[in-house]
Amino acid sequence: MKSIRIIDSTLRDGMHAVSHQFTPEQMAIIASKLDEAGVDTIEVGHGDGLGGSSIQYGFSKATETEYFKAVSQVLKKTKLAVLLIPGIGTVEDLESAMKYGVKTVRVATHVTEADAGEQHIKFAKSTGLEAIGFLMMSHMATPEKILEQAKKFESYGADMVYVTDSAGAMLPSDIKARIELVRRELSVPIGFHAHNNLGLAIGNTLAAIEAGATSVDATVCGLGAGAGNSQLEALVAALHKGGYETGIDLYKLMDMSRDVVEKLMHRPQSINADTLAIGYAGAYGSFLLHSRRAAEKFGVDARDILMELGRRKTVGGQEDMIIDVAIELANKNKQGQ
Amino acid sequence: MAQKKLKAAIIGPGNIGIDLMMKIRRSNVLELSLMAGIIAGSQGLQMAADFGIATTDKGIDGVLAFPELDIVFDATGASAHHKHAPLLKEAGIFAIDLTPAAVGPYVIPSVNIDEHIFQEANINMVTCGGQATVPIVHAINQVSPVQYAEIVVTLSSRSAGPGTRQNIDEFTQTTRSALIKVGGAEEGKAIIILNPAEPPIMMRNTIYAQCDTAKINDIVRSVEEMVSKVQRYSPGYRIKVPPYADGDRVITVVEVEGAGDYLPKYSGNLDIITAAAVTVAERYATLKHEGAI
Repeated sequence: MKSIRIIDSTLRDGMHAVSHQFTPEQMAIIASKLDEAGVDTIEVGHGDGLGGSSIQYGFSKATETEYFKAVSQVLKKTKLAVLLIPGIGTVEDLESAMKYGVKTVRVATHVTEADAGEQHIKFAKSTGLEAIGFLMMSHMATPEKILEQAKKFESYGADMVYVTDSAGAMLPSDIKARIELVRRELSVPIGFHAHNNLGLAIGNTLAAIEAGATSVDATVCGLGAGAGNSQLEALVAALHKGGYETGIDLYKLMDMSRDVVEKLMHRPQSINADTLAIGYAGAYGSFLLHSRRAAEKFGVDARDILMELGRRKTVGGQEDMIIDVAIELANKNKQGQ
Repeated sequence: MAQKKLKAAIIGPGNIGIDLMMKIRRSNVLELSLMAGIIAGSQGLQMAADFGIATTDKGIDGVLAFPELDIVFDATGASAHHKHAPLLKEAGIFAIDLTPAAVGPYVIPSVNIDEHIFQEANINMVTCGGQATVPIVHAINQVSPVQYAEIVVTLSSRSAGPGTRQNIDEFTQTTRSALIKVGGAEEGKAIIILNPAEPPIMMRNTIYAQCDTAKINDIVRSVEEMVSKVQRYSPGYRIKVPPYADGDRVITVVEVEGAGDYLPKYSGNLDIITAAAVTVAERYATLKHEGAI
């Protein structure tokens, strides 16, 4: 039976859905349940990774140290991972996280900017961490461009390269074209990270696996930026039905989803007008709540902001553009009246 | 009496070095005497030679062997500058460091141009992001003490060379440190984003300042005054979103369009740091002429 590695990101990407407000105690409970259920790796921290707690992205409830401490104490088998977006997080931040048993770092860059992650991948390898190159907003580049960037990560020493659909904007055929090419040309394993803005997260993840991805991301209850990620419980059920081995106990996942995570959610993780606009426009998933706030403040439609951000080809992390766009739209509306 | 021009050299004939060359050639108080690199026939050295400027491919040794230099602009890299700094000091040459090495104190011309050039042999130009954002934090801090300053710099991918990419951590750390040391904020954070959109975007800087926002009108005035000070050396520096209060923070967005001296106008990030460096050198030359140094 073919084995698939699952990296759970409930406690990192899922943080976007709760405006980064999980407490260390809540994280510890979720982490221990994921460990019990047999999840291979869990990613923990602010939604924007190391150093993400900020005015730009929202402050998290607790410090990174408090989160890592709480989670590392309860893990028995499951590996602890962090996300590092160069330009936001630094090697210094990674060194502090390493004091709490972090085994894996995912170095995330925009799909065309892998070289901004060279120093972080090299540092991680020099200290014995698993290093994964994470190409965000992969819908904005052709398969050939993605291959060029994936090769850069491989040349820095990355153990794996992820194709990441940060905007939940791709169709199964887009995923296949990208994964098949990098799978064929790279010697390291390939991973895939989905978002559900077009309702395709599970389907795209299955398409990625068929195309050769051997590691995929998911979150409990689908918690995540925009319309969320692949829902872990559903993905595991689908994979087991499809004859794949994940090492995860499905019933335990179902229990924790119902008894723990659902109760902590701020709102249902659904596809609605605004999250659909993100997927349709190809905008970064975490723009959702920031755009809603700006829409309210400046009296415009959040969808219009998101569509405009897509048209302007904004990249991950450009939350500060939301204000500009909202102000411009508000002025335009005023002139139109 | 016309001021005698001080003799300047540039070490590091890459994008920044070439842009510096174009600016120094226009100066009334500086004379570009030497362009130094380590690769014979490189584009920067070739361009300098075409302008009739002496060149050397012997790097710092070539600079030290050149007679009567007053000022050296170092546009190499952090590790190279660590080697160059003590040698230049020993030779009695004023060093303007455009690398993240930060051997000497940070200088932002619109904020602290005269604070260090009297006594220091080496000053550091922070980062392009620092040159664009520290003045705003300083202007706000003059009105209302800033507890926390956070800045987000977005650069077009084309304007971010390999130096910026390989030293992205140094960029955020040096900028953060300057927000505190020169801007006056109690705490700081810097974020940098690379955007590959075509046509390339202008350098964009968002400045969040946590402070008492009751005097927002005075803050707006102070920021406007500061922007016109920066514009004296970087004319493409302008307010995109004027300061506005949002709860306990003031949000300001500034854009920088380059002068287009060597690199296209979207490279405002390179332009603001080279313009600032030349401004410091010119001030040094004037003070020296007046006998103040």
